[in-house]
Amino acid sequence: MKNRQNVTIKGTKDGLVLHLDDTCSYEELKQELDQKLSANSRTEEERHLISVKVDIGNRYLTDGQKEELKELIRQKKNLMVDDIESNVITKEEANRLKEENEVVTVSRIVRSGQVLRVPGDLLLIGDVNPGGTVIAGGNIFIMGVLKGVAHAGCFGNEQAVIAASSMKPSQLRIGEYINRSPDSNPANEHREMECAYINENHYIIIDRLQALNHLRPNLTRLEGGH
Amino acid sequence: MGEAIVITSGKGGVGKTTTSANIGTSLALQGKKVCLIDTDIGLRNLDVVMGLENRIIYDLVDVVEKRCKTHQALVKDKRFDGLLYLLPAAQTVDKSAVTPEQMQELITELKQDYDYIIIDCPAGIEQGYKNAVAGADKAIVVTTPEVSAVRDADRIIGLLEKEKDMEPPRLIVNRIRNHMMKTGDMLDIDEITQHLSIELIGIVADDEEVIKASNHGEPIALNPNSKASIAYRNIARRILGESIPLQSLEDQNKGVFSKLKKFFGVR
Repeated sequence: MKNRQNVTIKGTKDGLVLHLDDTCSYEELKQELDQKLSANSRTEEERHLISVKVDIGNRYLTDGQKEELKELIRQKKNLMVDDIESNVITKEEANRLKEENEVVTVSRIVRSGQVLRVPGDLLLIGDVNPGGTVIAGGNIFIMGVLKGVAHAGCFGNEQAVIAASSMKPSQLRIGEYINRSPDSNPANEHREMECAYINENHYIIIDRLQALNHLRPNLTRLEGGH
Repeated sequence: MGEAIVITSGKGGVGKTTTSANIGTSLALQGKKVCLIDTDIGLRNLDVVMGLENRIIYDLVDVVEKRCKTHQALVKDKRFDGLLYLLPAAQTVDKSAVTPEQMQELITELKQDYDYIIIDCPAGIEQGYKNAVAGADKAIVVTTPEVSAVRDADRIIGLLEKEKDMEPPRLIVNRIRNHMMKTGDMLDIDEITQHLSIELIGIVADDEEVIKASNHGEPIALNPNSKASIAYRNIARRILGESIPLQSLEDQNKGVFSKLKKFFGVR
């Protein structure tokens, strides 16, 4: 009676992949991994490190367990774990991912002293008055006048953009970068339908809204269709 | 059952006290029973503007600490036949002498006897503001056509919108100088209302008569010939639910402006 193997090693064109079965217990898995890697050790002659991917299927590993596996593989062989791939994530992570990729729609005026903060993209239907602040993990779209401060990509996403029907900000921030309004602002200047982004020289640039579809093609989320 | 209206602004010196005094006076002129409450504890002056300073015996703090009955502390304005009363602020203590709960209780009590309770709010957004807003059903925000005053009004409106059980605040633009607005040296009314996006309940021109009247302890609303007085009376009528188009106010101001122009011989 031969057990199904819990650990299989496969070579793919992207390198070695360790497939770890997801039906056995974690302890069994560790044991087998230990044996298998020790058994093969003599065939390995080169000394340099080879990176491998680990595929754990439908098994959820805590960060501690992931570290343990990495350590185990690392000790036995000249193998370096590149990435651990799993088909499952926790609800918490899933929620966070969802929030970060969500467009939150808010209909109100952000007044002086108020701060509106969302983890993902923000669609604000209303104005941001001077002294008011909007902060988003992703992009900021304002259907109204931006007269206060807008901070897009607040977790460091430099690809984030800020767009407004009327762009008269006191300050713009994207990721780590800050741009303030010019000290002398011609009153009659047209500041309508504009967007702000970080260019290749790491400056925040304000441009026509239409420039975005070339600069940030990823903004389009529509899949399929015509 | 009356209603309590708080007059607030955030910034100091935009004319909250003058506005409170004149709205109160105008409402009394319309035959309503009005009680003015000064919540600027420590820096009271509604009594001075109303010319009632020398009649104060008890004050707001005496009332909430039950050292006297509420009616004992109310100062009656002799010019109105039992229609206008003032509850003065204390001058010897500070804002922390009163809590929002005490204010709520007091205003609920006063609402039984009066048609309108006009609450004069101190500047700032701290304890004094919280006390003033606590018992109010409605709010009127006073601003002047200056960037700093409008900024503070915006902040205050944001805070008022968070208050439960309060109707959306309405706006008075005070101290308008028509010639400066025309030349674009002052924010114009459209700009202000668009920016703050709340309902405009009145505009009041900058008028030297207002200062004169306040110094004499006689609210300008008592003088029927001043343009500021008419503005305040119109505001009072709008509070009563009459619909007086704001446009007519502008026309009236334009009228004054053209009169002035005529006076100076400008075409």
